[in-house]
Amino acid sequence: MKAMFLAFLAIAVIAVGADYALDYAGWSSAERTTGEAVRLD
Amino acid sequence: MSARTSSGIGLFLLVFVGLVAAALIGTAVIDRPEPLPEISREATGGAQTLEDILRRQEGLHTGQKTDPEPNVDPSVGALSTRGSASDPDLWRGLRYDTANVTTQQQGPAATVLIQDGGMRWLEWRNGPLKEWGAWLLIGTLVALALFYLVRGRIRIDGEKTGHKVKRFAGIERFGHWLLAGSFIILGITGLLVLFGRIAIIPLVGRDAYAPIAAASKWVHNSVAWAFMLGLVLVFVMWVIHNLPNRHDLRWLAQGGGLFGGGHPPAKKFNAGQKLIFWSTIVLGASISASGLSLLFPFELPMFAKTFDVLNATGLPELVGFGTLPTEMAPHEEMQLAQLWHSIVAFVFIAIILAHIYLGSIGMEGAFDAMGRGKVELQWAREHHGLWVEELERKGKTPDTTDTSDGKGTATPAE
Repeated sequence: MKAMFLAFLAIAVIAVGADYALDYAGWSSAERTTGEAVRLD
Repeated sequence: MSARTSSGIGLFLLVFVGLVAAALIGTAVIDRPEPLPEISREATGGAQTLEDILRRQEGLHTGQKTDPEPNVDPSVGALSTRGSASDPDLWRGLRYDTANVTTQQQGPAATVLIQDGGMRWLEWRNGPLKEWGAWLLIGTLVALALFYLVRGRIRIDGEKTGHKVKRFAGIERFGHWLLAGSFIILGITGLLVLFGRIAIIPLVGRDAYAPIAAASKWVHNSVAWAFMLGLVLVFVMWVIHNLPNRHDLRWLAQGGGLFGGGHPPAKKFNAGQKLIFWSTIVLGASISASGLSLLFPFELPMFAKTFDVLNATGLPELVGFGTLPTEMAPHEEMQLAQLWHSIVAFVFIAIILAHIYLGSIGMEGAFDAMGRGKVELQWAREHHGLWVEELERKGKTPDTTDTSDGKGTATPAE
């Protein structure tokens, strides 16, 4: 059953990693839908 | 005296006739103004021009069908472009996306302020999609329950050998569970979002549903990547075993053993598993494509191009759909992606429900294959006889793969 639990752990890691990576790469909704004149922080 | 009187009456008549004539001429001038020259709107493509605006401000008609009534009260908005009346040209431009709109918000859809095609999507999403989708899932569960009641659990027919044979390597099980686990999460969160308004809010209220919906959205968007990775892994590992062969027809003819008695021979995967595999690959690829289109809004439109290709085949005409639209608003692309994503998801979930049933309570010994990776030899002989023969020919006999620590030395037949 180790493979199964490892896969479930991988799902969580991939999900968090994907969210972080996309945000870091500038793919957040806020960044994609606002112009340069908008201050997000 | 009489001559003076006579000339006075004559003068009176002359003045009277003159006044009447002047009044008639004046009335004629007021009632029938000189027709104004027609305004050329070539430069604006038919939309209003500066001359239209100036005439309206003077209370004159411009000749357009949509011309508003001239201002009744000149003091109200007399100097605006349309006086105090509405501006049909502007609204028409906004509705048909021809108005020159500039916004601070970016993206291809930011300047589309009105998209009336969205109502069709909303009605479809809230109507047939939910109703048919729900009935499909309920129908599948009922059918599986009936099958269980009628057929019962599919048992291992022969005597158990006590030996186990390695069925799936660790990486295969990892790929399967990566795909399966993410699919279940995506299915549950997708259903929560789709049916939340009618099924969850009445139970828990809006305040409690809001964080559920927000969490479901985040989980759905993020777990999708694990699903896509699992899909690729499973495809690469198992495609070679899922190519059709001559045994599949016999397996299907016997309904996998339901008819005709006995177990039809099968290699590593039988025809039923192959159907599940190819359904997963095709539906998984399609749902991933529409999912990516939704994950990156307006960046990956695909329906206009798809419809263009379909139109070229003549298929839509043949089945009575006419010519499919190949030009659509950015939102329309997203709406079609959402509908397609959901339709594929419902079919996918129904198929996987059957797969889960057979892989768990529906068949004795089946879960072991994906649980610990090893199956009872008798089970393998009954359901995958040709695969066991292959193992034995290669010297990978069950005994050598049956290790107590679960780390068999042999690899499954490749």
